[in-house]
Amino acid sequence: MRSASGELSDLPLVVTEKVKGAQRLMAISPDAKRAGLAVGMTLADSRARIPDLWVEEMDARADAELLDRIAEDCDRFSPVVVIDAPDGLLLDITGCDHIFGGEAELRSIFSRRMRRAGFHVHSVIASAPDAARALARYGRVAIVSPGEDAVAVRSLPIAALCLEEGDRLAISRAGLKTIGALADRPSLPFAARFGEQMTLRLRRIQGFADPPLTPRRSIPMLCVERRFPEPIGRIEDAEAVLAQLGEEAGARLGERREGGRAFEASFFRSDGVVRRVIVETGRPLRDAATVLRLFREKLDVLADPLDPGFGFDVIRLSVPHAEPLDALQPGLDGHAVEADEIADLADRLSTRFGADRVIRFLPENTHDPDRAARTVPAGFNPMTSCIWPATETEQPPLRPIQIFDPPQPIHITMAEVPDGPPRKFSWRKREHHVARAEGPERIAPEWWRKPGAPTRDYYRIEDTEGRRFWLFRAGPYTKEKTQPDWFMHGVFA
Amino acid sequence: MPKADLEALRREVSRLERGSSPIVSGRFSTGSAELDKALQGGLNHGALHEIFAAATADEPSASGFAVALVVRASEERPVVWVRQDFAGVEAGEVYAPGLAELGLSPDRLILVRARDGPAVLRAGEEASRCPPLGAVLIEPWGAPKALDLVASRRLALAAARSNVPLFMVRAGAQPASSAALTRWRVRSALSVALDAEAPGRPAFEVELLRDRAGAAGRKWTLEWDRDQRTFRHLGDRGVPALSGGMVSLPPGGSPDEVGERRAV
Repeated sequence: MRSASGELSDLPLVVTEKVKGAQRLMAISPDAKRAGLAVGMTLADSRARIPDLWVEEMDARADAELLDRIAEDCDRFSPVVVIDAPDGLLLDITGCDHIFGGEAELRSIFSRRMRRAGFHVHSVIASAPDAARALARYGRVAIVSPGEDAVAVRSLPIAALCLEEGDRLAISRAGLKTIGALADRPSLPFAARFGEQMTLRLRRIQGFADPPLTPRRSIPMLCVERRFPEPIGRIEDAEAVLAQLGEEAGARLGERREGGRAFEASFFRSDGVVRRVIVETGRPLRDAATVLRLFREKLDVLADPLDPGFGFDVIRLSVPHAEPLDALQPGLDGHAVEADEIADLADRLSTRFGADRVIRFLPENTHDPDRAARTVPAGFNPMTSCIWPATETEQPPLRPIQIFDPPQPIHITMAEVPDGPPRKFSWRKREHHVARAEGPERIAPEWWRKPGAPTRDYYRIEDTEGRRFWLFRAGPYTKEKTQPDWFMHGVFA
Repeated sequence: MPKADLEALRREVSRLERGSSPIVSGRFSTGSAELDKALQGGLNHGALHEIFAAATADEPSASGFAVALVVRASEERPVVWVRQDFAGVEAGEVYAPGLAELGLSPDRLILVRARDGPAVLRAGEEASRCPPLGAVLIEPWGAPKALDLVASRRLALAAARSNVPLFMVRAGAQPASSAALTRWRVRSALSVALDAEAPGRPAFEVELLRDRAGAAGRKWTLEWDRDQRTFRHLGDRGVPALSGGMVSLPPGGSPDEVGERRAV
């Protein structure tokens, strides 16, 4: 696969990389090949043969990015796209070909699309992934009928097995030139000589064993889509399609008695750009209107708005993650409905502002005030009750309504006794005269978390204006440290 | 039937009927007889109430007063608090154990951290449209441009439709025209000291700047009693006007005595 990017030129194109001190050809264009060049030659040799060459430096990262973009576009053909680095893609088209009118039709649509985008591609449809990838590189077949893989690969050279160069040479020197010749021999001696890996590769290329495939994107639990012969260019139309897809997905989820915890809308632009928008929910959901509302929230706040460009030709809604959800039955008391309404509100807010900005508090079993409350996304655990430590009756609030993280240093301007609360302190450039104080409440740090942190002596302080603060002194007065640090940790109502 | 039960029943009925009539009235009492009298029974549920901090440093008092009102209004229902990030920097982040100490169980709270003023308004409006909520508290910082008369009308309308009380805490801002039903100015007040001059319960000096339904311009010094979930009016000199329960308990006074005095 070679990109024809950059300024156009009629010259034969070669891509070079420095290998062991010499510029060598890593990839060449068809006309360069016709002119007698081959991959692996040095650039100097090639120039000697053809003085006028268009030379580009190899850029492996750009190649990988381009391959990824192509893979993204290929998502329209099948949800299972596997990147076969550095220059191949494997598409699992099981059950997808009928949408395009058969395998041959799918292959020609695919090839046309790639050609239009400026890529030379070799594509092969076969039952075994390894057979397809070997045939695409070394064979001349386009479509292998089911079960014929072992026959189709017989004429391929040994190189198609992708063995180590030494192993390949050894097999060739033994007089075995093709996969067929190798397959006719008993496999045991080869396994003993070249290792299990080689026989495994052989079995895979023949379609007798399945290679492990890692799709680029995880396979959704459910996916519905619409294809348009003419790309649609208006966002409103796209949203209307999304609404229909929502209904469809909702119905299918209903049949399965499931609800989605995440929904992904993919907008395939005709020029190959794919935009994906994901919304997540705090509870299993299949109500199309609610899902659409979440998408609207999300589309509204996209930093980079949805741009139809020349139009979308495929819109897909997939459910990456679903959970059991029984048939909806609103409770007579309305309480179940209310809990759902609040969960939906949390979802909408999280979708718009981000899950880390819509939070709930969970109690932590610790005496460390910094860790007494943990925040979790509101959708994570909707409205369950937890045990918060009971407040002591007949006591004023012992913990502040708001705290500073980290605590802010204050300056003690006057103290009565070295070990007691301050009489005067300054904070944020203002002096506070202490009217009332209570303390200390001594809180030792969790030594297993913060080794060496000083013990804190907390005081509840009220100044003469009625403002109430939570101060602490870090560490006791000692002979070594007669001026310990004081901090403002929080403010009371 | 006790009045509180009747009120709860009314709300229940109005909740079941919602949708048919968009605007449902209803008041909740503040617990302080003086305040309720001036408010003609209490504060309205489906309305916007503005609570201004007298100075930036009074923000904790303003938000504390608002939280106390939320406790009164929300009847153990879930609550949404939308807070601008800058409020956390300036006045401290919401501390869940401290909310519990004021009587608002953190279980019931969804906190939305909004980046800026418009986000606060947007989230606040979205939340105010959700009828099952007990109350919504929003806290933009300063005077964002987006917060104009139209924006406050939208908020007030959303609150009226859903009958969810909406409290807007304002710090670093001056009152401007708005669609709020009531507007308060809150200043911290000296608490009634406990034993050994320890700071007492939260005390506020609140001024009713405006009340569309009645007279405004009055001032009260209130104390929030978390155990009873009620405001109590303190006299001018910080002495409880009615019971006198909290003042300088003699050292060694048993908790029973305190309870007895309070019950007067």
